[in-house]
Amino acid sequence: MKQISIPILVGLAKFFSGATLRWVDCGPDKCQRVYFANHTSHLDALVLWASLPRHLRQLTRPVAARDYWTGGPVRRYVSSLFNVLLIDRENVRAHSSPIDQMIREIGTTYSLIVFPEGGRSPDGELGEFKSGLYYLGKKRPDLELMPVYIDNLNRVMPKGEVLPIPLLSCITVGPPIWLEAGEGKNDFLQRARQKVLDLRET
Amino acid sequence: MTPDVPIPPLNPFAMFPFSSQLLDARAVVLLVAMLVVLAILAVVGQVLRRRPESAIDPDIIRTFNNRVSAWLMIAAILTVTMTMQRWVTVAFFGILSFWALREFIAMTPTRRADHRTLLWVLLFFAPFQYVMVGLGLEWYGLYTVLIPVYCSLFIPARIAFTGDTKRFLERTAKIQFGLLICVYALSHAPALLYQNYQQWNGATDRMEPWSGKPAGLLLFLIVIVLFSDAMHYAWDRLFGKHVIAESVNPTRTWEGLLGAAVMAAIAGMLLQLLVNVTPFTWYGAGLMALLISVMGSSGNMTIAAIKRDRGVKEHGTLVQGHAGMLDRIDSVCFAAPIFFHVTRYFLVGQQQPPDTPPATGMLENFLHLPWMG
Repeated sequence: MKQISIPILVGLAKFFSGATLRWVDCGPDKCQRVYFANHTSHLDALVLWASLPRHLRQLTRPVAARDYWTGGPVRRYVSSLFNVLLIDRENVRAHSSPIDQMIREIGTTYSLIVFPEGGRSPDGELGEFKSGLYYLGKKRPDLELMPVYIDNLNRVMPKGEVLPIPLLSCITVGPPIWLEAGEGKNDFLQRARQKVLDLRET
Repeated sequence: MTPDVPIPPLNPFAMFPFSSQLLDARAVVLLVAMLVVLAILAVVGQVLRRRPESAIDPDIIRTFNNRVSAWLMIAAILTVTMTMQRWVTVAFFGILSFWALREFIAMTPTRRADHRTLLWVLLFFAPFQYVMVGLGLEWYGLYTVLIPVYCSLFIPARIAFTGDTKRFLERTAKIQFGLLICVYALSHAPALLYQNYQQWNGATDRMEPWSGKPAGLLLFLIVIVLFSDAMHYAWDRLFGKHVIAESVNPTRTWEGLLGAAVMAAIAGMLLQLLVNVTPFTWYGAGLMALLISVMGSSGNMTIAAIKRDRGVKEHGTLVQGHAGMLDRIDSVCFAAPIFFHVTRYFLVGQQQPPDTPPATGMLENFLHLPWMG
């Protein structure tokens, strides 16, 4: 069943988003990575995942909100297809913080797609980053942190809309960054945010 | 509905098989010639690309190759669709239209409140226009007014209902213009396939039904547009002195425009005299080609102006990786409706040919309801 529905899902995502994936000063690679991107549409996770080359798609898991992707049978089925790592946004407990959960789930093979703003920005502007990215970089310094800028997808399906319109969008992946020795949390988050913003211009 | 016209039984197999509805030997000659020329140009382009030491700017070679390969692809698909029933060609133009329209909308920013309007435009009006063209001449009355009249009323009203008034007229105009150019104008190209043409017979000095197949007119349009584009480019390079509008396109010159028009007119006359694919007289074909060429150049300039306004020259990052469909078909978009209507004015008779059955409404053809008798 999944053999058929995954290509259909990927095809639909590519058709509606008209996405072009650009690698700037980097390339597709199987090493463990965290793609962190701006978040403007519910389609972000799906489209970014679908745009990756097939062999990377099988190794990459988008992190998404449990409350959205378990709402209704359609979303639940779709999320099972693209291998989403569902995270509770509410009731976070001390021993299973989302970061520990992510690190446990990816092991030594998978890559992640995260949206460090924590939610979709209403106006398409890039909001402040939450600290999760910092802790990921601190606990797993071997992960390559790849900034990603997603352009125009908020027009394909803006916040509050149900049906997407088929337009064109562009996904730009930039060169990896790492947490520098002694770099503070706020400094790092600011730097990471700036990297995403810079990709808008390239 | 008159009771003595039997309703033909629905035959699903009649929909699909290959048919010679569109092509005859003359049109095939033109189609094959177009494919061969494009293929030769594609090979030349590849040879030039592999030769880095050549004196030509690699940017020019890349643009040339992009254009040639896109048109080779379009011509190849057209060759296949033209061996089938007419609606397959219509559907193919529908896909081109849709592709160009999404590119246009992606290029011109709209606001969030326009989402529902765009949904209507992309998923209803654009496909419906082509469905009507495919349903044939009976729908001519609706498909000529749907977008310029009904849509131009619907779009501002729908946007007004969202309550977002910022840049209201600008947003309305963007959506309406995109729809007009990419969908409405281009849909006139496949609509050429559905007319019953007449031809002037010099011996009897009367208009008589044309014996050729309608694909000839569509091919004539496409071949002349492509040829004129190429000539425009060549004359700009060779003889260009007076730039038309520096801010729109610094390489387009008046010499190119006139040269392309004259060359296209000569090509049109030769095409008609040698291959005889259209119902025009030889001088008629020349004048039509002249018209096509001027309209094509205007289309090119218009789309270039929009792109300049939006700050994208050849491709923005959004369009990257897609064929840049709007760039390829802009001349056809502008030439098609004028070609269609001028042809219709001169060569489509008012009276139906005697062997066509009386027109019945679409609804009655699909549903035979008891009260319809």
